Amino acid sequence: MKPALGWLLHGGLLGLLAFAIFGPLANLVLWAVAIQWYFPHKLPLTYGFRYWYDVFKPTSDALASLGTSIEIATITVIVCLLLAIPAGYALGRRLLPGRGVILLILLLPQAFPSVAIYFNIARLFYLVGLNGTIAGVVLVHAVHGLVIAVWIAAAAFAAVDAELELAARNLGASGLRTALTVTLPLAAPGLMAAAIFVFLESLDEFTGTYFVGVPDVTTLPLIMFTASLAGNYQIAAITALILLVPSIAFMLLIERFLNTEMLAKVG
Amino acid sequence: MNSAASGVQGGRRPVEKHPSSDRALSLLLVGPAVAVVLALFVYPLGYSLISAFTTRDGQPSLDNFIKTFELYGTDILFTLVIVTVSTVLIGLLAAAIGGYLVLGTHPAAVTMLRWLYRWPLFIPFIVAAQCMRTFLAKNGMLNNTLDSLGLVDVTALSGLLDWRGIIVTFVWKETPFVALLVSGAMAALDRASIEAARNLGAGGLRILFEILLPQVGGVMTVGLVLAFVTMLSVLSVPIMISGGAPTMITVDMAFRVNSYSDYGVANALGFVSYLIAGLAAWVYIRRNVAGEGAP
Repeated sequence: MKPALGWLLHGGLLGLLAFAIFGPLANLVLWAVAIQWYFPHKLPLTYGFRYWYDVFKPTSDALASLGTSIEIATITVIVCLLLAIPAGYALGRRLLPGRGVILLILLLPQAFPSVAIYFNIARLFYLVGLNGTIAGVVLVHAVHGLVIAVWIAAAAFAAVDAELELAARNLGASGLRTALTVTLPLAAPGLMAAAIFVFLESLDEFTGTYFVGVPDVTTLPLIMFTASLAGNYQIAAITALILLVPSIAFMLLIERFLNTEMLAKVG
Repeated sequence: MNSAASGVQGGRRPVEKHPSSDRALSLLLVGPAVAVVLALFVYPLGYSLISAFTTRDGQPSLDNFIKTFELYGTDILFTLVIVTVSTVLIGLLAAAIGGYLVLGTHPAAVTMLRWLYRWPLFIPFIVAAQCMRTFLAKNGMLNNTLDSLGLVDVTALSGLLDWRGIIVTFVWKETPFVALLVSGAMAALDRASIEAARNLGAGGLRILFEILLPQVGGVMTVGLVLAFVTMLSVLSVPIMISGGAPTMITVDMAFRVNSYSDYGVANALGFVSYLIAGLAAWVYIRRNVAGEGAP
């Protein structure tokens, strides 16, 4: 009797949680395939992919903004890694004077509420002609992604076995050659994770683009936002789904990286 | 980062020949990253602080703050309440999820929960907001499901698209992150004390509150402070979930900038948001100091 009751309770709670987590997502998917849906109907009246055609037709704004988003995210990853790889190497691998202060500076962008920062950057960018340019948006995204990128890169470099580097040096390789042919390849999986993370952050970023990108740079999140506020729920839902797919894929992929050992070090 | 430091000492020393040039090279390596953060974060931050405390013609004054509290006093309170309530709920849910993952006695249920709770982890706020904008609406799936079950009458309901909707969205989006940190820390704890307590007849709740939670307090606080600051920085959720007044100060900042180019008041609001975040950081630091002082 008791186990049955227990199962009912656990099952019920899990069911509630599943509804709380998947309900909002299911509602989004329904809107993405709905043609007509209005109150008081509980489900769409007609279904179809007409709005998908509107989003993916060659002349659509949404498709163009997806291209812009991917372009920005790709450049952001390159910029971030170019900055984070040497910084992470120095932090994870080398003696560094003022290490505490440097870590603090690199952590700042995650420690402050960022809205006020973004409109002030926009104001400064306006003076130097970076407002409304891809470069401006990339810079804003890069600063935000840099914290995580440096952190993951430092952890990745710190995990490289120093004996292997030593062996390379003993065989006559220079410091630079050792770093490029031994350390870097060994840290590559971690750097890859950092790259994916920065790419996603950039793809999904809204607030910075909202202030710095307007009026000329329109990314997918901005299209989604505009469609949603205008009541175009089908367009909003479809563009939201496009943003959702890589996020979920990353969540499922990263599961193996997020082991308890790594998390226990936080704090 | 501790392991990083020991790695440095273990691995570098024997190769090192010129310590001073070596340090210069280290600084050169971190230099570009630090420069970018200084130029694109610290500089605008300073700019924002100066702008908050000066008038349009550059005279030092507190006018911006007087105007801010007159116009947006309610919104500041509203923001504080929403973010605090969300943080408390996130903490409770994260503790419940972490506790169940470590202590749960039904292996299948534990596996299912582990699979289930992470889904919103990397979903962007703006997508979460769009999901909730439809889910919590008067004609959303939540009301319709409750109506179909005969629990409520949908025509008499108004939906949750107000402060409640903002809290629901924040909790939905941020709980997985904190729960992930907390359950990770709990899983790394020594199981012997849990088993000992269990053998002495302690129930799951008692073990959670008296053994697990006190030991993962540090990780929990870090997670909650990060979630708190993140929620203070979100612009899309309050706009998309609740259009009307009162609203969160992020929306007011955007409005001041976009409609009036009033950077003074916008930056004063920004300063208030730094203060609120500072409050959270202070709680964190105080906790850490208290933790170190304890035996």
